[in-house]
Amino acid sequence: MDLLNALVTLLNFVVIPAASYGAQLALGALGVTLIYGILRFSNFAHGDTMAFGTAMVILFTWWLQGMGVHLGPLPTALLALPFGIAVTAALVLFTDRAVYRFYRRQKAAPVILVIVSMGVMFIMNGVTRFIIGVEEIRFEDGERFVITAGEFKKMTGLAEGLAFRSTQAITIVTAIIVVAALFWFLNRTRTGKSMRAFSDNEDLALLSGINPERVVAVTWIIAAGLATIAGTLYGLDKAFKAFNYFQLLLPIFASAIVGGLGSPLGAIAGGFLVAFSEVGFTYAWKKVATYVLPDSLAPDSLLQLMSTDYKFAVSFAILIIVLLFKPTGLFQGKSV
Amino acid sequence: MSRSSNPYQDDRGNKDRSITKEGGGEIDATRQSGPTSAASGGPFLAAENMTGGYGAADILHDCTLTVEKGEIAVIVGPNGAGKSTAMKAVFGMLNLRGGHVKLDGEDISALTPQDRVGKGMGFVPQVNNVFPSMSVEENLEMGAFIRRDDFGKTMEQVYDLFPILKEKRRQPAGELSGGQRQQVAVGRALMTQPKLLMLDEPTAGVSPIVMDELFDRIIEVARTGISILMVEQNARQALEIADKGYVLVQGANKYTDTGEALLADPEVRRTFLGG
Ligand SMILES: Nc1ncnc2c1ncn2[C@@H]1O[C@H](COP(=O)(O)OP(=O)(O)OP(=O)(O)O)[C@@H](O)[C@H]1O
Ligand SMILES: [Mg+2]
Repeated sequence: MDLLNALVTLLNFVVIPAASYGAQLALGALGVTLIYGILRFSNFAHGDTMAFGTAMVILFTWWLQGMGVHLGPLPTALLALPFGIAVTAALVLFTDRAVYRFYRRQKAAPVILVIVSMGVMFIMNGVTRFIIGVEEIRFEDGERFVITAGEFKKMTGLAEGLAFRSTQAITIVTAIIVVAALFWFLNRTRTGKSMRAFSDNEDLALLSGINPERVVAVTWIIAAGLATIAGTLYGLDKAFKAFNYFQLLLPIFASAIVGGLGSPLGAIAGGFLVAFSEVGFTYAWKKVATYVLPDSLAPDSLLQLMSTDYKFAVSFAILIIVLLFKPTGLFQGKSV
Repeated sequence: MSRSSNPYQDDRGNKDRSITKEGGGEIDATRQSGPTSAASGGPFLAAENMTGGYGAADILHDCTLTVEKGEIAVIVGPNGAGKSTAMKAVFGMLNLRGGHVKLDGEDISALTPQDRVGKGMGFVPQVNNVFPSMSVEENLEMGAFIRRDDFGKTMEQVYDLFPILKEKRRQPAGELSGGQRQQVAVGRALMTQPKLLMLDEPTAGVSPIVMDELFDRIIEVARTGISILMVEQNARQALEIADKGYVLVQGANKYTDTGEALLADPEVRRTFLGG
């Protein structure tokens, strides 16, 4: 019984939150890795693209709610998602036209593009705050829980409860669908293969009749889609605040680099690795330990390795440790 | 990347592969094609009086290359003579200061490389001529990218031509041996069903046996009516199968004749074929 209680506690406070956070990081890291693989630079504006996309989704959610449209138990934001993606894709394509294309024509060194993306980041940052403000916004509606702690306790008769919020369930399900669709697209479709070909060898892709500008445009659209989805899921799960997305850039890059930049599989593995370590290191293990260990060994302290204030340090510690032993990342991105 | 005077290409010594990925292309992909014009008569491919280079200095000086339909034309010459540069010029990868390129009765000088592919030209560069992380089969599929019809038959033909590729179809091209990789590269270019196939040293780094084999395959390809323009380091063998040969020296035509005649020319033999 104690063991079961320990397991439920673990699920409730570590596994489920980390899994949904990991899914959000993975989706964000996929966008970063895609831009890196195909456009050859680290896009520092990705976090703020997520913020902008989420802001758009929020606006469309309010609009839909105002018209009396609801999705029943699901959040209305899911319905607003396609609209948000469309606007974000348009903005990102416009940015590409107005900014990045100039540097592509110059055959600019990738490091210049990294700095350019920082400029884009600050502008997007400002635009987002200008449109939606700096306050914290909660925009979830519909059913809040798949199962509440109280229901779970009543159902199982255990001392510990297991709460499973619907946003967590939606995050995990959406992430699985999106990732499957992305892999199918990259490995099975003509356009997806042409993107991989471009990532491998730009000139040869061009000599095969692949239109590079089209590859670039499709990449931006997919990155905008991934960013908006990741941002919206994060916003539903926690809350929307423009500044949080700027900060999220750190664990997202850590995930992408740990997994091996340019490798989609690595981005996913990296996302979960970073999320599980962040949650694992900042969780107070006392309760679990009390259930598992014999009474004589019961701990006095909280058994918390680090305060949650330091959670970003965990991403970087992981980054350093992994890169010390595997400089190319876990799944050394074939094309890195 | 710092060789250039363009400040945008100065990467300030950055070697950090966690923020940037090297290996971008050299061709300006944002360029748009200019118009083509009719230019009837003359050989199938006529690249005439090409003058130009990569920057301020000219590499090619009034260089002319022509190929008739179904013919094999071979370019030989010392290292650094400008053979690869001439091939790039024919394919529109270079800004020419003078000269023009005509294909099948059309002046295509203003077309981008992508659009020349659409006109029926195929090119196998000297280096970086496969997609290393993609499987052999995917490499061939990418060759057929511009084709909207069923290319399964062409793929079978390529597999017949190079049986080893069929065996390795699922393997990433980057994990093949040098000779096998050259076969992938040629196969990729054949997938578009080009009317003109341009090969830059297809036998580089290939064993003598595979080289003979590759030459045989190239003759087979030419027999199907495809014109071939090829740069070769193995001058003697290449000229043996050539209908036409060009000896290029310092970016200019030094000798032009049939392959046979060049092989018989004592001057050419002495200076370029090693006796
Ligand atoms: N990308 C480039 N930028 C600037 N100069 C170049 C470039 N590529 C080649 N060159 C120069 O052009 C000249 C001709 O080079 P090219 O590659 O055409 O020679 P090649 O005849 O193909 O030689 P090889 O037999 O070694 O392949 C050389 O002097 C070389 O330094
Ligand atoms: Mg060469």
